[in-house]
Amino acid sequence: MSGHTDMTLVNDQGIRIDGRKVDEKRPIKIEAGVLKNADGSCYLEIGKNKVLAAVYGPRECRPKHLQDPTKAVIQCKYNMETFSVSDRKRPGTDRRSVEISKLIAEALENVVQTELFPRASIDVYIEILQANAGTRCAGLTAASVALADAGIPMRDLVPAIACGKADDHVVLDLNKEEDNYGQADVPLAIVPSTDEIVLLQMDGNMTREELDHGLDMAFGAAHEVYELQKAALKKRYSDLAKKEGAGDE
Amino acid sequence: MERRNAKRAREIVTPGDVLAASDEYKPGDNTYELNGQIRAQIMGVKTYVDDAVTVIPLGGCYMPVTGDTVIGIINDIGPSNWMADINAPYPAPLHVSEVPWKVEFGDTSRFLNVGDVVLLKILMVDESRKIQVTMKDSGLRKIEGGQLVEITHSKISRVIGKSGSMIQMLKNMTDCRLFVGQNGRIWVDGDDANVEVAVEAIKIIEAEAQSPNLTERVRSFIESKLPQTAGADSPQNAGDNREESQ
Amino acid sequence: MSDYVISQIKRDHLMNLLADGRREDGRRLDQIRDIKIETGMIESADGSARVKLGDTEVIAGVKLIPGTPYPDAPADGVLTTGAELIPLAHESFEAGPPGEDAIELARVVDRGIRESGMLDVKKLCIKEGEEIWMVYLDIYTLDYDGNLFDASNIAAVAALKTAIVPNKQYGKGEDAPMPITCIPVSVTAAKIGNDLIVDPNFDEEAISTARLTVTTDNDGHFRAMQKGGKGSITRGDLSLCLDRAVEIGKQIRIIIG
Repeated sequence: MSGHTDMTLVNDQGIRIDGRKVDEKRPIKIEAGVLKNADGSCYLEIGKNKVLAAVYGPRECRPKHLQDPTKAVIQCKYNMETFSVSDRKRPGTDRRSVEISKLIAEALENVVQTELFPRASIDVYIEILQANAGTRCAGLTAASVALADAGIPMRDLVPAIACGKADDHVVLDLNKEEDNYGQADVPLAIVPSTDEIVLLQMDGNMTREELDHGLDMAFGAAHEVYELQKAALKKRYSDLAKKEGAGDE
Repeated sequence: MERRNAKRAREIVTPGDVLAASDEYKPGDNTYELNGQIRAQIMGVKTYVDDAVTVIPLGGCYMPVTGDTVIGIINDIGPSNWMADINAPYPAPLHVSEVPWKVEFGDTSRFLNVGDVVLLKILMVDESRKIQVTMKDSGLRKIEGGQLVEITHSKISRVIGKSGSMIQMLKNMTDCRLFVGQNGRIWVDGDDANVEVAVEAIKIIEAEAQSPNLTERVRSFIESKLPQTAGADSPQNAGDNREESQ
Repeated sequence: MSDYVISQIKRDHLMNLLADGRREDGRRLDQIRDIKIETGMIESADGSARVKLGDTEVIAGVKLIPGTPYPDAPADGVLTTGAELIPLAHESFEAGPPGEDAIELARVVDRGIRESGMLDVKKLCIKEGEEIWMVYLDIYTLDYDGNLFDASNIAAVAALKTAIVPNKQYGKGEDAPMPITCIPVSVTAAKIGNDLIVDPNFDEEAISTARLTVTTDNDGHFRAMQKGGKGSITRGDLSLCLDRAVEIGKQIRIIIG
């Protein structure tokens, strides 16, 4: 958020460098059930982000000392591939990934019926194949789809998207340049059936009006992302159903 | 109030989907109530059962229930017990007191080894999901030979069929022994070629579980692969291997 | 990988099939699975490839960064290969730094590329003695159904061959294609009983006693080999693998293009 540039992020007509208006989110593609081994999986693209999420579980909790006798623990590992960013990232975990993993696990705790699986673990893996701002939102959105794909009981899916500020405009779904050189970044994740907020962060500088306006846009966009999550899951099973009608060998 | 019948086009629902209003239906399995609406709690097929609306899961793991018969694979050995993988989120310890042999302390590997496949019964599951299994009931034993098929456990009831009709047809037409574990594992034994056909038939049942013409589909598949069995599935051939159709 | 238990029934079933010269998925003993290759899908990488070999799936990415040469090779670019068996690929993979399996995988793939001279390292020199291109090749397993060696080799080679030297980004002129001289291809077989089966899937690998990976170049010359597993292979086994490495290597090379 602290970079400086002479680039115009949002011009006088309210058009951003990737051609979007201030209240437009990037194009999204979601596919459920893309891996053979994982119990549930999801491949998601939003703008230039490319994310793969997979779920194993509920299964035996490892390490054993993390077991909870009353419910399942959700263990999340968010990881960026070395080639996902323009300045190659050193392999292995880092503090940023640890924080993001924690926040995503905490968000999912709100919706997953963990009390049905005491002492077990639900393991969520998020791999960022290509990054272009908003990877934690993309990862959480994909992880919710992977959990539902795995048949894990949950009261709702969790869509996530960010709002922020660039060139004094409140904008929806920041791209890389806006994230690097803009004035604020606010990732948000909600439970659509109740509009509860399960992930929220902010860095930058915004007035109360700007923040309210940004959150209004983000809530609206999150509900749109939700419809795409549902469609991806339903498509996966209706594709299988289409094979049934096809009849004989 | 409309009653839907089971043969209608199935509606796939995702967690959070609104299924019905609380004043029209009761909340059934895999649903919950929120603000006067009944919502889905799992990915599955919306189904009406009497005056309740439920969701039949499309996937999900097997959760052990007392009394279930399951197929386990031994994956660890201790001096006075073995550990069995029963395709559940929880390991199933099999104690030496729960097998039909007299096993001396430390002698466990003489009777069962890592990799052995065993028919087990769930004796008990407590609130923290600690499981106890036994191999002492009638019909329970180590099994060898044949093939082991693993399917989504929620489809097991389709493999068994109404009053065991599907599994009976599979047995009669393929002349194979079948043991269906509640945990999604099925053991098929018999003549090699017939076992292959039975295994494929089971995979068809799993893939097309919701299809209304499933029984016919499976029958014609087996007939096409084993033409000599056409007519084998008639009432007088219905065997009585009830213990194996659990 | 060592934690996973194969049932005796499955083991016996696979052995019975092999006694008949058959495999679980109907392949011949010397037949590889279908290969699907997609390249260039990761824009943040200088080269990328996503490969499916049957149900095994891997993704490889290449990034070039200017760096300093090794003192004993002042005009040579430097290749560094890493591999990770990430936990989303299989229930038995654990999170953490690469273990011995991942390290062996990376080193075998690297050896094939290095020994065949696939990268013309002299053309990866920016200024002799001062600056050369560091080529970072990173391979991630996404779905594991056996034979990571060959799947990773195909992904690595496809990513390298379609990579761009990012001169522009570093003010060194116009972007250029990677200087490639040949396409090294590995062919891996697993030993089960007395049989050698090519391109083992997960179950076949799990019951195998040994594995042999042989890498050839475009001329059918041998560039790298690796025997793995706790069992042994005979001289006859080796001959068979060498023959197949050339034959099947040719088929794979055509698919890579």
